[in-house]
Amino acid sequence: MEPILKVKNIEKYYGSRFSLTKAIDDMSFEVLKGEFVAIMGASGSGKTTLLNVISTIDKVTVGKIYVGDEEVTKLKGNNLNKFRREKLGFIFQDFNLLDTLTSYENIALALSILNVKANEIDKRIKKIARELQITDVLDKYPYQMSGGQKQRVAAARAIITNPKLVLADEPTGALDSKSSKMLLEKFKYLNEEMKATILMVTHDAFTASYSNRVIFIKDGKIFKELYRGDNTRKEFFDRIIDVVTLLGGDLNDAL
Amino acid sequence: MMLCKLSLKNVKKSFKDYAIYFFTLILGVSIFYVFNALESQTVMMNVSEYTSSLIKMMMSMLSGVSVFVSFILGFLIVYASRFLMKRRNKEFGIYLTLGMGRRKISIILFLEILFMGIISLFIGLILGFILSQLMSILVANMFESDLTNFKFVFSLSACVKTIIYFGIMYLLVMIFNTLSVSRCKLIDLLNSSKKSEKIKLKNPYLCTVIFLISAFVLGAAYYIVCYKTYALREVTDIIIPIIMGSVATFFIFWSLSGLIFRIISSFKNHYYKGLNSFTLRQFSSKINTTVFGATIICLMLFITICLLSSCLTIKNSMNANIEKLTPADAEFSVVMNMEKYYDDFKSYGYSDSQIKNSNYTVIEDFALFDFDILSYFKDYIEVNIYTTPDLTFNHTLGSKLEIVKSKFPFLDYDDSEAIMKISDYNKVAKFYGIDEYSLKNDEYMIIADFDSMVEIRNIALKNKESINLFGHTLKPKYDACQDGFLEMSSQHINTGIILVPDDIVKEEYLYENHLIGNYKTTDKKEITKIENDIRKLEKNELVTTYLLPNGNTKLSIKEATVGLSAMVTFIGLYIGIIFLISSAAILGLKELSESSDNKERFKMLRKIGVDEKMINKALFRQIAIFFGLPLILAIIHSVFGIIFAINILEVFGNEELLPSIIMTAIFIILIYGGYFLITYWSSKNIIKDK
Repeated sequence: MEPILKVKNIEKYYGSRFSLTKAIDDMSFEVLKGEFVAIMGASGSGKTTLLNVISTIDKVTVGKIYVGDEEVTKLKGNNLNKFRREKLGFIFQDFNLLDTLTSYENIALALSILNVKANEIDKRIKKIARELQITDVLDKYPYQMSGGQKQRVAAARAIITNPKLVLADEPTGALDSKSSKMLLEKFKYLNEEMKATILMVTHDAFTASYSNRVIFIKDGKIFKELYRGDNTRKEFFDRIIDVVTLLGGDLNDAL
Repeated sequence: MMLCKLSLKNVKKSFKDYAIYFFTLILGVSIFYVFNALESQTVMMNVSEYTSSLIKMMMSMLSGVSVFVSFILGFLIVYASRFLMKRRNKEFGIYLTLGMGRRKISIILFLEILFMGIISLFIGLILGFILSQLMSILVANMFESDLTNFKFVFSLSACVKTIIYFGIMYLLVMIFNTLSVSRCKLIDLLNSSKKSEKIKLKNPYLCTVIFLISAFVLGAAYYIVCYKTYALREVTDIIIPIIMGSVATFFIFWSLSGLIFRIISSFKNHYYKGLNSFTLRQFSSKINTTVFGATIICLMLFITICLLSSCLTIKNSMNANIEKLTPADAEFSVVMNMEKYYDDFKSYGYSDSQIKNSNYTVIEDFALFDFDILSYFKDYIEVNIYTTPDLTFNHTLGSKLEIVKSKFPFLDYDDSEAIMKISDYNKVAKFYGIDEYSLKNDEYMIIADFDSMVEIRNIALKNKESINLFGHTLKPKYDACQDGFLEMSSQHINTGIILVPDDIVKEEYLYENHLIGNYKTTDKKEITKIENDIRKLEKNELVTTYLLPNGNTKLSIKEATVGLSAMVTFIGLYIGIIFLISSAAILGLKELSESSDNKERFKMLRKIGVDEKMINKALFRQIAIFFGLPLILAIIHSVFGIIFAINILEVFGNEELLPSIIMTAIFIILIYGGYFLITYWSSKNIIKDK
């Protein structure tokens, strides 16, 4: 399998010369095509920073990041935006849907900024809505929907452009357990049936247990990696919990 | 001290975020100063006594307008500060949760407004001082005075007045703000940033019906003011179409807010292109809540456009008419044979001796006052006007009387007509250098130049109505009034003089004697001296015994015109500019107060990879629609408003409109366009990712 994402020796510092904070301290890993990877860590471990530099919202201080063959750490200005809208899909903790647009229009926006024709947009939205079971809410506004529905709409928006990589930042953070479960089942479906490559940041072991691989980070460094292999979700969950315990109290508050 | 520091910081912060607010305050202060300081600009000019009395009158009118303007500005400032308050609810919420009392918050607000007031007054007055020096050039130009003894003037009285008026306005804002802080609940303050406004689309059928109805009502209002102008008999009659227009404007915005979205979103290919769907939604989510504001702004713009363009037109046409309408240096008239109409003149306030002594010509009358008018004239003519109760307006209209009466019931139909011998008129025409006429023995003609009166008289003339005069029957030579006049004036006010063959006129019906002449001197100073001497005769004790002739002189008409046109221009400019600033500032502030919501939205767009260029374009379009829509409707209103104004003001002559419309357009582009650009730049700044 070819790697979709290559992160090579990246470092990210905040602050001035005199009070330096290393948010990411020499980190390297790869994500292969079709993988579903979860990144776990406590608050302040650097996981959001990692996601931000991969998604080009933030810049690394040292190191290189490749998505496909493209070196995203070298992109500038409008190429950055172009890269973001063509190669990446985003799912955020607080959904980030535009409150003035209906679900349909929110999903359509991702395509219309790529200059896709209106009838093509319609076809693709209908298809993805069926798969994510949001056909009923397409004409509703964000304030009329539940959190789970909103997050599935956001997932539809992220995936509809067929991005190389879907980045999800605490996607279940604002959801109740039932909605979380449903959303994660959809992630699994997207990963297995639609071959989407997903990189998800979470501090929740249950959420992480849906992935194929979990990368634990602590103080800006990779602490441990777990592969699911042939484990059931339950077994994988137990193994994750073991590591979380090992990590110490840091993650306990998050469980 | 803590509070003082806090409020100073807040002022500094809002200075950056609300440049428009400050800009408007400063502009308001400076304009207020400029127009109130006009008097001190005119002091240094050497103008005649008469002109300076006109300037005094203008100043008292302007100070009256200033009261009105201060109401508008006060409303604007209170309204604007409430916008700003709303945006800061969360900040106040945090203060309250930290345990700060409402009293202290009120003190913070009080200090903030105090600082802001002092800063804006200070900068505004400096700007006003500079602008008023430029204004002196305009003033001098208007009163045709030279600026040789120009010096910088600072008007202390205008300055004090500005400070007092704005002080009161700021005090009002303080009271309003304190009230709104002391009334609200903490939970509302903290949660106010969470948008609770629901986006609901209006029923498209209802919208269409309402749109059609209001368009129809608006059309009817336009029709009434433009094509039924004569049916509007009283000032109150104009109120009905104004109310119709205003209500229709409101409902047009109301229905458009629903319709525009429906229509454009049905063009799927266009709607789902780039950020079009986003922009349109931004707009429609906002206009739902700003229909009322848009209506007010549209109406204010409408008033501004009409005011500016018609005041400039009046000024231009008054100045253009004047050369044509004052072909001689002086024209005097005196009524004769008053005894015939004893009761009438008695009721007008003439004394018995004046009425008894009313058998002298102008020259003889002047001689009675020991004033030799002819000694000043190079050349002169004398002509007479005759009247008889047997020839009134009733009689001239003949069989058309009833038709005319039904259309214009408020005219006085029992007025005796002015009659002139054709040879007398030709003397005048020759002297004035205008068209001379000839008549056969059984013919008459009417000369008039007051357009609406010409129209009425032509109805009868077209019908070949003949008249009976001194035992003769005369038929009209022309089927329309001919151009001409006897009395000099600044406007076309000749409502009609009947010219008849010389032979039929009987001298016993003599009513008025006119003397028209040109001075020997052409020097303005000497002429001013002569006319001041004539004016002094009014103080002579003989005025109660004898009649003093009425005079219209070229110089006095010119000065009056200049004074009047200056008054119209300054008042028009004053109100027009204030309205323009107010409406543009409200729009700008409204847009900016929503920029925090917009900031979130644009941030999301950036995250999904929208280019800066596309974002800026969307923002530009959004603000352009917001500013453009009220302006477009206001321009449509103004087209009809200006037509109405022309109808009403036709006494001033129909000078070409184009230059004044261009001037108005320049004003609007400068001020409204300036506000638009500032709004765009500031909101671009606010949504910028930092």
